[in-house]
Amino acid sequence: MPQLFQRYTNTLAPASIVAVFIALSAAVWGMHAIIFSPYATEVGQPVSQVVPFSHQHHVSGLGIDCRYCHTGVETSAFAGLPATETCMTCHSQIWRDAPMLEPVRQSWATGQPLHWNRVHNLPDYVYFDHSIHIQKGVGCISCHGHVDRMPLMAKSETLYMRWCLDCHKAPEVHLRPANEVFVMKETVPDEKRGAALLRAEEIDKTHLQDCSVCHR
Amino acid sequence: MNVGTATLCLAALAVCCVACRRDMGHQAYHRPLDKSSFFPDGMSARRLPAHTVARGQLQEDELFYTGHIDGKAVDLFPMPVTREMIERGQQRFDIYCAVCHGRTGQGNGMVVRRGFPAPPSYDLDRLRAAPAGHFVEVITNGYGLMYSYASRVEPADRWAIAAYIRVLQISRTAALKDAPPDERAKLQQEVAP
Repeated sequence: MPQLFQRYTNTLAPASIVAVFIALSAAVWGMHAIIFSPYATEVGQPVSQVVPFSHQHHVSGLGIDCRYCHTGVETSAFAGLPATETCMTCHSQIWRDAPMLEPVRQSWATGQPLHWNRVHNLPDYVYFDHSIHIQKGVGCISCHGHVDRMPLMAKSETLYMRWCLDCHKAPEVHLRPANEVFVMKETVPDEKRGAALLRAEEIDKTHLQDCSVCHR
Repeated sequence: MNVGTATLCLAALAVCCVACRRDMGHQAYHRPLDKSSFFPDGMSARRLPAHTVARGQLQEDELFYTGHIDGKAVDLFPMPVTREMIERGQQRFDIYCAVCHGRTGQGNGMVVRRGFPAPPSYDLDRLRAAPAGHFVEVITNGYGLMYSYASRVEPADRWAIAAYIRVLQISRTAALKDAPPDERAKLQQEVAP
C-alpha cells in the first residue's frame, strides 16, 4: 500500500489554514463591500421619475423654499409631496407647452395624481416623523444632502440603522438654530452651540437610542 | 455523507431561504400616498365623500376662514396682531408668496423674472386701501392667475401674511423718525457706506 499522505501535504496543511482564513476574510469584506455599495444602498443613484424634476433648478436656481412643495414637513410625519395644483401654480403660465411637463398637464386635466417613485424608503418597522426632527433643529441637508445640487433626486445617505444611530448618539453635532433648518449649507460642528441647542430644545440624549424610539 | 447530515444541510438551506422574506419591511398597511390595488383609481388615500365634513374641518367662523363678515371683506383681524404673528407672517410670506410677489412685495419675484405675469405691487393705492380680509380671501381662493393657497397655507397663517403685507406697505413710505430711537442709528449706518 502506497503512502496515503505524500510529502507535499506537509506544506498543504498549514497553507490550507491560511487559505481558509483568507477566504473567510474575503467573504466578510465582500459582503461589507456589497452592503455599502451604491448598488445596495442606492446612494447617489437617481431614481427614474415620470417627470425629470430638477431640485437643483427649483431650489438653487429659483430660490424656492423646501416648504413651498413639502408643506407637511413641519407638522406631520410625512413631508408631503406636492399636489399637481402646486406644479400648475407656476406651470399654468411658464413652460406651459413643454413636452417634459405633459404628464403634469395630463394629471391636472384628469385629476389622476402623478406617480412619483419613492427615493427615501424606510422599512415598515421603522417609525419616522419629519416634524420632530425639524422642530428640534435637524437641517434638511443633514439627511437629504445637497438637494440644491441634484438635477435628479437621489439618496445621499444609506438610511441604515447605524446611520440613524450615529446621530441619535450625538445629535449636537447636527443640530442647528431654527432659522437655519431649511438652509442648504452643511452644519459646521460646534460643540458649544450644539450643547446650547440640546439644552434649549430639552433633548434628553439618554433615551434617544432606546429601541422604542424608532421601533414602535 | 449519511442521511442525517444531508437532512441537516437541507434544513439549514431552507432556513436561509425563509430568512430572506421581507414581511416585516413591507407590512399590510398604507403609508401616505401609497398606491393600492383595492380601489379602481389605484390610490390608497380616499377623497372625502360629497357633503361631508371631516373632524375639525367645520369652518363656522366666517371672518377667520374667509376674511368676510356677511359676505364682505373687512379690515379686521380675528386675533390680536402681535410681533410674533407678524414674524410668522414674514416667514410664511417668504416661503409661499415671495416667489412671485418678491420679498418686498413689489411683484418682482424670481418666478416673475422667469416669465410669470407680474402681480401688482402692494404699494398701489387700491391695495393700500384694501381691507385685511381681502388678502386672506385672495390667499384662500386665489385671484386672477394666482391659484388658491388654501391647501398650502393654514388659515391662521393667512392672517399672519395679511398682517405682514401691511408691514410691507407701511415700510414703503416710512420715514426715519418712524423707527424706534435705538434702531435709527443702525438704519443710518446701513445707508451711509
